[in-house]
Amino acid sequence: MRQMNLFSSPAPMTPMTVGDLTRYIREMFEVDYRLQDVWVEGEVSGVTRHASGHVYFTLKDAAAQIACVMWKTSAPTYGAHVVHGGQILAHGKVSVYETRGQYQLYVDRVQPRGRGDLHAQFEWLKATLEAEGLFAPERKRVLPEFPHRIGVVTSPTGAVIRDMCNILARRWPLVEVLLAPTQVQGQDAPPHIVAALDALYARDDLDLIIVARGGGSLEDLWAFNDERVARKIAESPVPVVSGVGHETDFTIADFVADLRAPTPSAAAELTTPDRAERAAQLAALRTALASALTDDLRTRRAALQAQTRALSHLSPQVRLANFRQRVDDLTAQAALSALHFLQLRHARLIGTVARLDALSPLAVLQRGYAVVRRDGQLVRSIAQVSSGDRLSVRVADGEFAVTANP
Amino acid sequence: MKKQTKTEEMTFEAAFAHLEEIVGKLEEGDLPLDDALALFEQGQKLAAFCGAKLDEAELVVQKLAASGAVEPFDLEEAH
Repeated sequence: MRQMNLFSSPAPMTPMTVGDLTRYIREMFEVDYRLQDVWVEGEVSGVTRHASGHVYFTLKDAAAQIACVMWKTSAPTYGAHVVHGGQILAHGKVSVYETRGQYQLYVDRVQPRGRGDLHAQFEWLKATLEAEGLFAPERKRVLPEFPHRIGVVTSPTGAVIRDMCNILARRWPLVEVLLAPTQVQGQDAPPHIVAALDALYARDDLDLIIVARGGGSLEDLWAFNDERVARKIAESPVPVVSGVGHETDFTIADFVADLRAPTPSAAAELTTPDRAERAAQLAALRTALASALTDDLRTRRAALQAQTRALSHLSPQVRLANFRQRVDDLTAQAALSALHFLQLRHARLIGTVARLDALSPLAVLQRGYAVVRRDGQLVRSIAQVSSGDRLSVRVADGEFAVTANP
Repeated sequence: MKKQTKTEEMTFEAAFAHLEEIVGKLEEGDLPLDDALALFEQGQKLAAFCGAKLDEAELVVQKLAASGAVEPFDLEEAH
């Protein structure tokens, strides 16, 4: 009962130290079994995540508030639920942090309360991973243009894998699909998804990985907002494409993936080239190939023709042809000259004949003269003629005989 | 003519890229005639190879078993 004296007034001879008092208060808390195993519901605020791994926050409701601490041993499992504005059910014990003389709830378990808390967790994880740089644009890798082998993490049953394979078969059947089957929903889904990813990461024949899940409620898609899944995706050695839910659903997996596809089907489309498009390109290349050769040959032929022409200008054939023409020209000239000459001569001949005619005895005979011959001799004198001689008389149109009569 | 690997072993994109390269060379057009003809012939083979790949390919779907083994996956299983 000596202790009772310490609380009595007036002042005792040996007062308690602050440390003694605080330890005493702590022990008072710790002997109360209700305070050592308590569930309390409240709204989270003032969250501080210390570098040591411990999480400090305040739990409050309309009436009051209590300081809380979650040691780093519990933080990996429950830390995600501790987000500003989140409504949680926290389990732990109440004790005193002597250094600051502050009583607080030492939280070792947390259960989220309601949907609002899911949103808060989502925001917390998004902010945390973003701060770590896991969403940085420079981390995003470019997808291969022609993937050969695509790993797909999704459920082995249901429409998702079927639809994706149908699209891949239509768009780019050259690709091979390796399905890493996994649960995609429920409490156990995150570790299963992580295991499926690990199994694919262990391979070296994949060009990219698609993480897919069909549409559903926020809770249905929750595995893709799991921190373990998000961090595992960030570790991928090859580009990861997420296709989770519908267009309007955004998950943490989407942010951390190299590319977010709005749906699983869209993921199949975004990761493959289009066969029809490639076939058209191929047809264009074939045409280009043929016309390139045709053009090339045409150019060569034109060059050849030009050379042939140039050569023919220099050919002896041309000179021979020239000579041939010259000979023809000269021949023609010669013929012309010859004709001219003949015509000239002919004219002269006619003139001469005319003159000859003028001198012809026949012309004289025409005028009435006659030529008398005796024995073929012209009779120019009477002395040549004796009586009874036979003479021939030549007149213009003929000859007749006469007998001389002396 | 960089690669003289058999076209059967080539991937579509390698053949396609090679074909583009050949067309480019032919379009530049300052090759000896024999080379141009050889390139053209090679280009035709590549085009035929690419066309066959596109026409004949069938999607292969496999799944990774728990053991890590790769097994065929029948899409009917997904029903």
